[in-house]
Amino acid sequence: MADVWARLEPHLASVQKPARYIGCELGAEVPAPDPARVGWLLVYPDTYEIGLPNQGLQILYEILNERPDARAERSYAPWTDLEAIMREHDIPLFSVDTHRSADEFDVIAFNLSSELVYTNVLNCLDLAGVPVRSADRGADHPLVGAGGHATYNPEPLADFLDFVVLGDGEEAVSEITEVIARWRDGGRADRQQVLRDLAGLEGVYVPSLYEATYLPDGRLEATRPIDPAAPETVEKRTIADLAEWPYPKRQLVPLTEVVHDRLNVEVFRGCTRGCRFCQAGMITRPVRERPAEQVTEMVRQGLRRTGYDEVALTSLSTADFSGIEDVVTATMDDDATCGDVSVSLPSLRVDAFTVGIAAQIQRARRTGLTFAPEAGTWRMRQVINKLITEEDLYAAVSSAFSQGWRRVKLYFLTGLPTETDEDTLGIVEMAQRCLDLAKANGLKGSVTVSVGGFVPKAFTPFQWFGMNTEAELRRKIGLLRDAVKGKRGGNVQIKWHDPRASIVEGLLSRGDRRLGPVIEQVWREGGTFQEWSEHFSLERWQAAVEAHGLDMDWYCHRHRTEDEVLPWDHLSAGLHKDFLWQEWRDALDEVGLEDCRWTPCYDCGACTGYGIEHVVASAVPPAGGSQGTGQDLGRGGEVPVTLLPRRPAGVGT
Amino acid sequence: MKVRVRYDKRGKVRFLSHRDLARVWERSLRRAGIRVAYSEGFSPRPKLSFGLALSTGYESLGEYLDVELHPATEVDVADLPAVITPHLPPGITAQRAVVLHPGTDSLQAAVTSASWQLEVVGPDQAALAAAVERALAATELPITVERKGSEVEVDARPAIMSLDVLPPEPDADDLRGHPALVGPLLGAELATQPRSLRPAELLRALDPAWREGRVMRTHQWTLVDGARCEPIPLGDPGARAATPAPHAQARAS
Repeated sequence: MADVWARLEPHLASVQKPARYIGCELGAEVPAPDPARVGWLLVYPDTYEIGLPNQGLQILYEILNERPDARAERSYAPWTDLEAIMREHDIPLFSVDTHRSADEFDVIAFNLSSELVYTNVLNCLDLAGVPVRSADRGADHPLVGAGGHATYNPEPLADFLDFVVLGDGEEAVSEITEVIARWRDGGRADRQQVLRDLAGLEGVYVPSLYEATYLPDGRLEATRPIDPAAPETVEKRTIADLAEWPYPKRQLVPLTEVVHDRLNVEVFRGCTRGCRFCQAGMITRPVRERPAEQVTEMVRQGLRRTGYDEVALTSLSTADFSGIEDVVTATMDDDATCGDVSVSLPSLRVDAFTVGIAAQIQRARRTGLTFAPEAGTWRMRQVINKLITEEDLYAAVSSAFSQGWRRVKLYFLTGLPTETDEDTLGIVEMAQRCLDLAKANGLKGSVTVSVGGFVPKAFTPFQWFGMNTEAELRRKIGLLRDAVKGKRGGNVQIKWHDPRASIVEGLLSRGDRRLGPVIEQVWREGGTFQEWSEHFSLERWQAAVEAHGLDMDWYCHRHRTEDEVLPWDHLSAGLHKDFLWQEWRDALDEVGLEDCRWTPCYDCGACTGYGIEHVVASAVPPAGGSQGTGQDLGRGGEVPVTLLPRRPAGVGT
Repeated sequence: MKVRVRYDKRGKVRFLSHRDLARVWERSLRRAGIRVAYSEGFSPRPKLSFGLALSTGYESLGEYLDVELHPATEVDVADLPAVITPHLPPGITAQRAVVLHPGTDSLQAAVTSASWQLEVVGPDQAALAAAVERALAATELPITVERKGSEVEVDARPAIMSLDVLPPEPDADDLRGHPALVGPLLGAELATQPRSLRPAELLRALDPAWREGRVMRTHQWTLVDGARCEPIPLGDPGARAATPAPHAQARAS
């Protein structure tokens, strides 16, 4: 049965939040079935509330639906109550757009933004009636692909994914569509051949065309192609100019509550602040800014079309956007929005300039501001290359309190390389100083500290680091809690992420192909929705790891050596491995690195390897503090930056 | 200026909650360029007020919304349904709008009863008819209901104003035309004051083993000088049609 709506509908009244299964959003596409078009089912393997706002998925959804030879629909992981009903009544995974069954699509493509959703990928495939293992799929089954940040180490999922896209998907999805169309036109005869053809596309990795071999001591020997169609190294895709991709043009407006429920406009991609723990900043280089006038136009048109009264300017560090002041001014002064619009900057830089921008955009409702110093001492911040001085932070916080904000939230990591108890306790000291600044401003302000356990990720300088154990992370959280209790005032509040979840994230983020059966076992035992504490079980993961003769400690807590072959060494984010290793050595030596947007190139590989460059509108570092650059910003303008020629920007229709 | 809008909620959007619906209206009004007045204070809210909440999953032919327009808004109220409907999700159709005179009762206060169609899963037509007869003949119908988190026993009978088993002739304009019906249809008018009786509670009073299938609110009623009338009637010959054949496009499911 093609359309499962009639079978689904009678059960919806008995599940939680049924509106997440009906589609009907503004911007949703309801394409008629057309066998001439390659059908993509784009799946976010978590709940609708988390998945709907995902910009990556929405961008590809639009690009594919604009193509005459493709159509794209969306699906999200059904919550456990509906899943039970679907299994009982034999209702397959469906698209929310037309409620067509998932197995009718040519491609099922997953967005993987975190490791903890891996078991949900298997569950979605199983609900779709598709064998979870690639090797078991035949000519009639859809191709199963994935993209997103977590796919920079896709090896734990190698058994399950037919193909993986590394990097920006804007161009790759079109090329993949063409390959699949040819395969389908040829009668879908040879599944192996379509996989070979996909492996020939830049940025596309086909795990089954590679073989991983291991040394007697258990370490990886190599991951080598076993098919001539597979390249030795798969390079990521990078779009050179964001101005050519003004997507989403028709952002989806949900009918029910979701996270980040607002207009989102991406102002730049990539980040060269060089924080050594940050995978996003490493793998998305170089910096590619969207022209300020295009951002302004996307905001203006987006607000009118969607009816939202809030817009977020998204990037990894929006205060670094050259056009920030122009865009904010234009948006706040737009007559059509009658001053009812609020602008949010999801990633505030820690300095007074940033607070000034925040003050301009939050004229009403100044409730809380969030900063991410990430570490409690200057020494620790040099190790991680997050070069915020104490002066920067206190100036920012003082400025926030003096301008009417009442609550400050500070994000920190614990379990970082070389971290001592002094560094950990520095977190509380910083928070306490912030609270004192509130009092100095005559306020009874509040300061909340949010602490996450650090998980090393692929393609970062910390990829060699053996992460802290659960016990050690717990001990450090305990230190922080005790330190807060002992303080006067008592207004510093501590929140922390579950260290047990960090351990599983760590297992998967640097794991290899031998973890495939572990993931499968956890899924078969019911371990879905592992990002949700009520469904998470560390014991289930530990038991599965042991059952397959593997060692959790070996994967999570072991420092790697320079000569060790890493599971993602046959993939490339453009970064030279010796650059990352040098950064790791510098981290241990507490040596910082400048932001290369405004200083000479240190050749990390991301630009030079692909013949692309930073696209920034200003040759001058941003106003304000020195955060993240370690540079004397007063000198601004002396540094060589190449500005790319740019055609006039438009938003399109 | 305050206006009252009558609208339908049919098809897939019947699964929107009351809260969802409020947000959908806010955004739709903004998209349509109709400015709404905001409350004062620290966290200003648009001045929209909905009448009696419709349970998630129920459809309706007669929902109402009161909107206080921003003083700068210039709109011909008769045109408002045609202006707003294209901005509403498929299945929600504005039918008519009228200006509310100052001092008009709120929907919560004014509405005294509502008419319903309920698909009853369990009995056949005859068994349902027998139960209806019994219920109408009874002087009281005690049921246990949940009110504010605790279970209390109430008499359902005073809130039942009429009950009848609907003939199976299809009518595309309401639930009778629905192809997926499996049970007989019950028509009911249930009081909303002084205490309201919910459709599910009515069914429990008839037979605790029966379940509700599809449910549709067809009308809400107010009393004006003792006569029953709708807050905004549709059949008024002077009324301008909001959209041609408003139900046609709402039959999404």
